[in-house]
Amino acid sequence: MKRNLTCIVCPMGCSIEVELDGANVLSVTGNTCKRGAEYAKNECTNPKRTVTSTVRCENGEIISVKTDRAIPKDKMQECMKLINNARPCTPIAIGDIILSDVFGSNVVATQHSAAHNS
Amino acid sequence: MTDLVIIGGGPAGMSAAVAAYESGIRDILILERDENLGGILQQCIHNGFGLHKFGEELTGPEYAWRYEKKVRELGIPFKLNTMVLDITEDRVITATSSEEGVFQIQAKAIILAMGCRERSKGALNIAGTRPAGIYSAGTAQKYVNRKGYMPGKNVVILGSGDIGLIMARRMTLEGASVKAVCELMPYSGGLARNIEQCLHDFNIPLKLSTTVVEIHGKDRVTGVTIAAVDERRRPIPETREYIPCDTLLLSVGLIPENELSKSAGISLDRITGGAEVDQDRQTSVEGIFACGNVLHVHDLVDYVSEEAEIAGRSAAEYIKGAKPGDESVRITTDGKVRYTVPQRVTADKAVNVYFRVADVYKNVTIQVYRDGEPVYAKKKARVAPGEMETLRIGEDIIKGAKELKLGLEVSGQ
Amino acid sequence: MYDVAVIGAGVTGGMIARKLSSYNLTICLLEKENDVAMGATRANSAIVHAGFDAEEGTLKAKLNVKGSEMMKQVTDELGVKYKNNGSLVIGFNAEDRAVLEGLLERGRKNGVRDLRIIEKEELGRIEPNISKNVICALYAPTGAIVCPYDLAIAAIGNAMDNGVKLKLNFEVTGIKKTEEGYEISSGEEKISARYIVNAAGLYADAIAAMAGDTSLRIRPRRGEYILLDKECGGLVTHTIFRTPSKMGKGILVTPTVDGNLLTGPTSVDMEEKEDKATTPEGFARIIKEACENVDGIPFNKTITSFCGLRAVGNTGDFIINTPLEGFVNVAGIESPGLSASPAIAEYVAQLLEEQGLALSAKMDYDPYRKSMHAFREASIEEKNALIRKDRTYGKIVCRCEGVTEGEILEAIRTNPKPSDLDGVKRRTRAQMGRCQGGFCGPYIVELLARELGIPYDKVTKSGGDSYINIGETKEDR
Repeated sequence: MKRNLTCIVCPMGCSIEVELDGANVLSVTGNTCKRGAEYAKNECTNPKRTVTSTVRCENGEIISVKTDRAIPKDKMQECMKLINNARPCTPIAIGDIILSDVFGSNVVATQHSAAHNS
Repeated sequence: MTDLVIIGGGPAGMSAAVAAYESGIRDILILERDENLGGILQQCIHNGFGLHKFGEELTGPEYAWRYEKKVRELGIPFKLNTMVLDITEDRVITATSSEEGVFQIQAKAIILAMGCRERSKGALNIAGTRPAGIYSAGTAQKYVNRKGYMPGKNVVILGSGDIGLIMARRMTLEGASVKAVCELMPYSGGLARNIEQCLHDFNIPLKLSTTVVEIHGKDRVTGVTIAAVDERRRPIPETREYIPCDTLLLSVGLIPENELSKSAGISLDRITGGAEVDQDRQTSVEGIFACGNVLHVHDLVDYVSEEAEIAGRSAAEYIKGAKPGDESVRITTDGKVRYTVPQRVTADKAVNVYFRVADVYKNVTIQVYRDGEPVYAKKKARVAPGEMETLRIGEDIIKGAKELKLGLEVSGQ
Repeated sequence: MYDVAVIGAGVTGGMIARKLSSYNLTICLLEKENDVAMGATRANSAIVHAGFDAEEGTLKAKLNVKGSEMMKQVTDELGVKYKNNGSLVIGFNAEDRAVLEGLLERGRKNGVRDLRIIEKEELGRIEPNISKNVICALYAPTGAIVCPYDLAIAAIGNAMDNGVKLKLNFEVTGIKKTEEGYEISSGEEKISARYIVNAAGLYADAIAAMAGDTSLRIRPRRGEYILLDKECGGLVTHTIFRTPSKMGKGILVTPTVDGNLLTGPTSVDMEEKEDKATTPEGFARIIKEACENVDGIPFNKTITSFCGLRAVGNTGDFIINTPLEGFVNVAGIESPGLSASPAIAEYVAQLLEEQGLALSAKMDYDPYRKSMHAFREASIEEKNALIRKDRTYGKIVCRCEGVTEGEILEAIRTNPKPSDLDGVKRRTRAQMGRCQGGFCGPYIVELLARELGIPYDKVTKSGGDSYINIGETKEDR
């Protein structure tokens, strides 16, 4: 079986063809880098995505967050529920962990809260 | 008198400031109209920034912070909530803020880094009513990511530019239902990977060669009528289809914001909408430089930073006494290549030319002509209007040239 | 019990209310929408016509010429921008020239000053971008431009400063004759007034019928417009009309007082009084005809398009009469209604007096209203004086039109007070520029929410259910 993918690792968006035998990846072609091959294999066996979103802090402030590594693609909505329910306290700095151990990742702040800069 | 005033504290302005500082200029002032540095990146909370520049995948706010941190560490002064009202040809800047009122600064050099704005609904002449619920994608992005409010829950997006694609995913993750992304052209203006991870991941249909022909609703949008378009982009009546929705997002193009450039008498490129510049990013007005999306719309912030560094270094050299070269070689295009930045070269040194093409072409040869003669060729499997290309033209080609031209030879469609 | 109830807060009702507020009277101004100037006043050609169109002897002719002559003073008093740019009716052939000569004759009879026909050469000098196919034009130096909703808002604000009570969201649903006058109801709410002025625009027929006068028939006529960026406002300096034909007056091209270029209107008779949708056919017609009139109109610089409905009466003339005791109709106020509005107000006051209303001048009547445009046009020194007093004037909110936070707050706090984004837009021009509120909208929502004391997501675009946001993120949906 063959699968055609668009690589999402970088803005080049290479078209990659993966040959599969059930869950076994036989070959990857069309990629222009190692990370592309890696992505293609994962995408056919255990697709993952980084989730980026916002949290509402206890004081009402909105801060952007992300999962610090990719999580299983089918867990994105569940991950969003956890993020939506979080109400962290400020001040918050970039990199602060907002939620830990979320599907093998941490949800971390990608923005400082207002209080941080002043 | 200030050595260098940079208008705009987004990625371009900050990179330019850091580069100028590192080239020895200390008397720098960044004027930023918003309440933080970082510009539009503060609302671009998705990842994918910085791969080129930092070798890692950052979100917009993180990318902005890398530069803000540097600006703060170097002690480069900046004024927030400060709007520039006017620039003159002799580099007098008039600005206003609540703290200082209206004030004027004479600068030795100016770097324009005001960014761009979104094309609005008005420019499209879509028939129908004018209810609430129509936003440019970036405005919706601000409501969702910065203000924490949802502009709607059943969404149609017109235009498949990257912001539109990103917002399709963002609205979906926040619980909205995105019914379709319609694109007037037969190809998307966004990056392939965004179509993959923002639309395909969420089963959002991308309807190519399709547009919104009518907006319905009195108070709030209640639906839109879409239709396929023919090869001349005219809607085909038989294909009209009504989609109930409460929100229409528009991602139909970005326009460099050059009102200030016009006030300074800077000549603009009709195609890019930005200033015409040389390899140093110096505009037609001596001592005024431009970089980032105010110069031409970029698809990657990494290239904005790169370009801003050129402008920052060049402005520093100018302040230290360098004069722009008098001999200027124009870089013309063949139409398939729509534009280049820079548009002219004034020094005998190698230059990186950024350019965009007019259509999607496959198996192309990018050709550089020197005084009509082909002198350099580079093959590429695919080029598209949505993806900016770069090409390095060597010093040997530029030296002694009267005219340079960039073109495409297409062997397949 | 009010002395007079004026129904309809458009430019006609507003000017009437203002005129009446100069007398010792108690007046209320009733409006079904959540803001003033929401009907034909909101969307029309913004022209002060010289007065050569209407046939001699008609109310249209009389009131147009008089209103047009009054307009300069009225706009000065109200702090409203007015520009006497002159108008040109252009002719393409001998047939057109004959019509223009007829208009010249009619204009002179109507009392329009300084009218004359000019030839191609002179035309090319005063209006270089006019189509090369034009052979002559009727030149009316007294023609002018004004912003219609600006005028209505200022007139109503001034009327309110002089004691007029404005009741918004008051849709008249019943009118009952009483011993002393009339009882006017809007659902459960009732007010009474000795006299009624019916300036209800498209709905003047329905209002008259409620009181017992069934003689009126008002039909909506659609007019679509395309508005271009300020960059294009200098393309023409005069208002350019086509020679009227059996097909109507045609598409005009004009600068606006705010420096934009306006083209339109189409003219289509409608049934539905609320159908303000624009159409592809309308856009196509505007673009085609406008380009026939003027060379090089850059329609790619369009910033918005809109549609207005004109209230067309069943007599061909303005219908200003007193069908019932103490009840004045001011109906069918189509073009040149804006131009005539100051004169209509005087005429209506006279009719009310004839109906027995005593008009005694109010000693403390103040015809002046502080201009809302003062800041934008001030010098740097004047701006800084203002900013020292109130820092919010230093902060630009709308970058395209250069509108400050101070001006927006002032507009939100000044009568007639806006309660939504469009209301702020009409008063300040914030969101009216090339980005159409893309950048400043979210911040103006914040200012409105704070000033009105409502949640952020309850702010609307134009009242009703026109919410900008439907709720907070992170809520369970």
